[in-house]
Amino acid sequence: MKYVTEYRDADKVGRVLDDIRATVTKPWVLMEICGGQTHAIVRHGIDQLLPSEIELVHGPGCPVCVTPLELIDKALAIASMPNVIFTSYGDMLRVPGSGQDLFSVRAQGADVRTVYSPLDAVKIAQQNPDKQVVFFAIGFETTAPANAMSVVQAKALGLTNYSILVSHVRVPPAMHAILGSPQNRVQGFLAAGHVCAVMGYWEYPPIAERYRVPIVVTGFEPLDIVLGIRDTVRLLEAGDVKVGNAYARAVTFEGNRPGQAVIDKVFASCDRKWRGVGMIPQSGWCLRPEFADFDAENRFQVAHIQPEESPLCIAGQILQGLKRPVDCPAFGTECTPEHPLGATMVSSEGACAAYYQYGRFADAVPEHAAGDPAAS
Amino acid sequence: MVDKQPTDGVEPAAAAGMQGAVCPVPLQHEDQVVLGHGSGGKLTQKLIARYFYPPFENPYLLQGDDSAVMDWPQGGRLAFSTDSHIVSPLFFPGGDIGRLAVAGTVNDLLMVGAQPLWLTAGFLLEEGLPLSVVERVAASMRAAADESGIQIVAGDTKVIQRGKADGLFVNTSGVGIVPEGREINGRRAQVGDAVLLSGTLGDHGIAVLAARGELDFEAQVVSDVAPLTKLVEAMHAVGADLHVLRDPTRGGLATTLNEIAHQSNFGIEIDEITLPVNPAVEAACEMLGFDPLYVANEGKLVAIAPEAQAEALLNAMRSTELGKAACRIGRVTSKPAGRVLMRTGIGARRVVDVLSGELLPRIC
Repeated sequence: MKYVTEYRDADKVGRVLDDIRATVTKPWVLMEICGGQTHAIVRHGIDQLLPSEIELVHGPGCPVCVTPLELIDKALAIASMPNVIFTSYGDMLRVPGSGQDLFSVRAQGADVRTVYSPLDAVKIAQQNPDKQVVFFAIGFETTAPANAMSVVQAKALGLTNYSILVSHVRVPPAMHAILGSPQNRVQGFLAAGHVCAVMGYWEYPPIAERYRVPIVVTGFEPLDIVLGIRDTVRLLEAGDVKVGNAYARAVTFEGNRPGQAVIDKVFASCDRKWRGVGMIPQSGWCLRPEFADFDAENRFQVAHIQPEESPLCIAGQILQGLKRPVDCPAFGTECTPEHPLGATMVSSEGACAAYYQYGRFADAVPEHAAGDPAAS
Repeated sequence: MVDKQPTDGVEPAAAAGMQGAVCPVPLQHEDQVVLGHGSGGKLTQKLIARYFYPPFENPYLLQGDDSAVMDWPQGGRLAFSTDSHIVSPLFFPGGDIGRLAVAGTVNDLLMVGAQPLWLTAGFLLEEGLPLSVVERVAASMRAAADESGIQIVAGDTKVIQRGKADGLFVNTSGVGIVPEGREINGRRAQVGDAVLLSGTLGDHGIAVLAARGELDFEAQVVSDVAPLTKLVEAMHAVGADLHVLRDPTRGGLATTLNEIAHQSNFGIEIDEITLPVNPAVEAACEMLGFDPLYVANEGKLVAIAPEAQAEALLNAMRSTELGKAACRIGRVTSKPAGRVLMRTGIGARRVVDVLSGELLPRIC
């Protein structure tokens, strides 16, 4: 796969790392927003190769992790109803609600199906006119156009048996929440490339200005990530708070305008709870009134399900970049992907799951093992 | 909070104790079977260790290899293995459930150095299944048996009420003889040994997934399902002291290497850039978010042997159809004991863990 291999080329990555070493003069804390980036960093070991001055902290950009408990409980309630086909992106199946997860309700007989696109869920609704088909519409801006499009399509087809359970979240309000916190340590951001492919980065200059932090749009392959880090470090060292784009092959300033238009047609901003973090004003999207018929929360009358979140696990602090997974006493012992105790261990994009899967235990690979030759 | 359990976190008391103290929602999956228990990964291992090892316990069972190897009272050693097969669809590019069922058990026997001799076949047929399907599957099993040089000598048939099974399930069991002086198992990996792989990763898993047609993607991928008899015979013909053979089926290469690391209590280090993956499989994995290291293979093997014999073995493997893309992927190291490390493409290192839950909708 040339397109991927090219961006995993050790020599090219090495040259950019040399650049970073030559540029950095003091410690900097950078946050990568997106869970996909966290995974790439840990999977390829990028952080091991960085100079020790640069600390990467992991952001809240894992949509599975931040989906609030009450929505998961609502999903479980709807999926357990007779005559319902509940469809979801695969990751959501593992996320525990108050007592169960979607795997468990499936094992008890519920019809829970993994789909790769909500448009597949619309097809299932067409094929099963006697069933109610529900799609769990989670995600950041990245998944919003397809989720919105499924509603537009269902409406055009006159489907009365399709609805979505919406838990959309948006990146810019989360950046405000992190940067506005008195505990904030983040000095520069790697913005999430896939989100920006949809939204562009016109929302970011005011954030960079207001909090005096550089923001660089960054992709997901090793070369993309080191380029994003290099550009951010250059801006930091120069005392510049511009917004940069290190992922120009996929992202433009304006973004995907038709995608934004369909989002705008179907969704409106609303307050949203983030699991482990709490309420962030205007940080979510909800269905507009003209599409209220497609809102699963209305259709199945689950509004009364309002579970209390237990005392916070450190997932909240991890999602805000205040702590790392290995700071948790339960990490890798009581809390593992088979027996997750918190959202960040559950999702394959969660920071704890990334640390676990790629072996960041105290007794395994040292974090700064750069230059450590293969044990040969 | 209760005392920390140092083991693996399965103890409910430990997790319950964490509930209020650290994180909100433990989920045990300990009261019912979930699909992840069939993934070949950690949940499967825990299921076996907790529910099957204790009641059946004996030294042969606890060997933990692909087949049990037992001393035959009249002399010599007998290898014995069993495997049940469920796959949807029953026919897929490169194979079908019949070929899978024969190859699965034959390969398990080959992986302990045995010469496979006889198989049994048990069929669970769903009411309403066209008999033409039964005919095709049986013909395919005969062809795979001929290819493997074995015979199917006994069988059983049961019919299940319509709607209570997925068409056709097949179980095969097989026996073989382990020749004198041959000792091949996961405990024999030695520090410095070379780790060899017979070909590309993930072809079977992706071929079946694509054939299922649920995930709107088309991939020109053909399953690698095959009895490995000729490949293994060529390797034995070199006269090398093969320490370990293992076929990386469910759970993929990552899970297989972890099993060997665990059994031998040594480390295994592999090199990411050496891992062969067909471009179409790689593309499908990128799109679906899978790692080829965890995707099933049904016609590949991992061999661990002394470094001095690695080249001769590779040449022998490459001289066969099934091993023509054979390559060296790593070596056995003293540390970290029981773990698999990978040198990543950009030169860092990371741990490669066992598959933890369900990777794909169940494929075989």
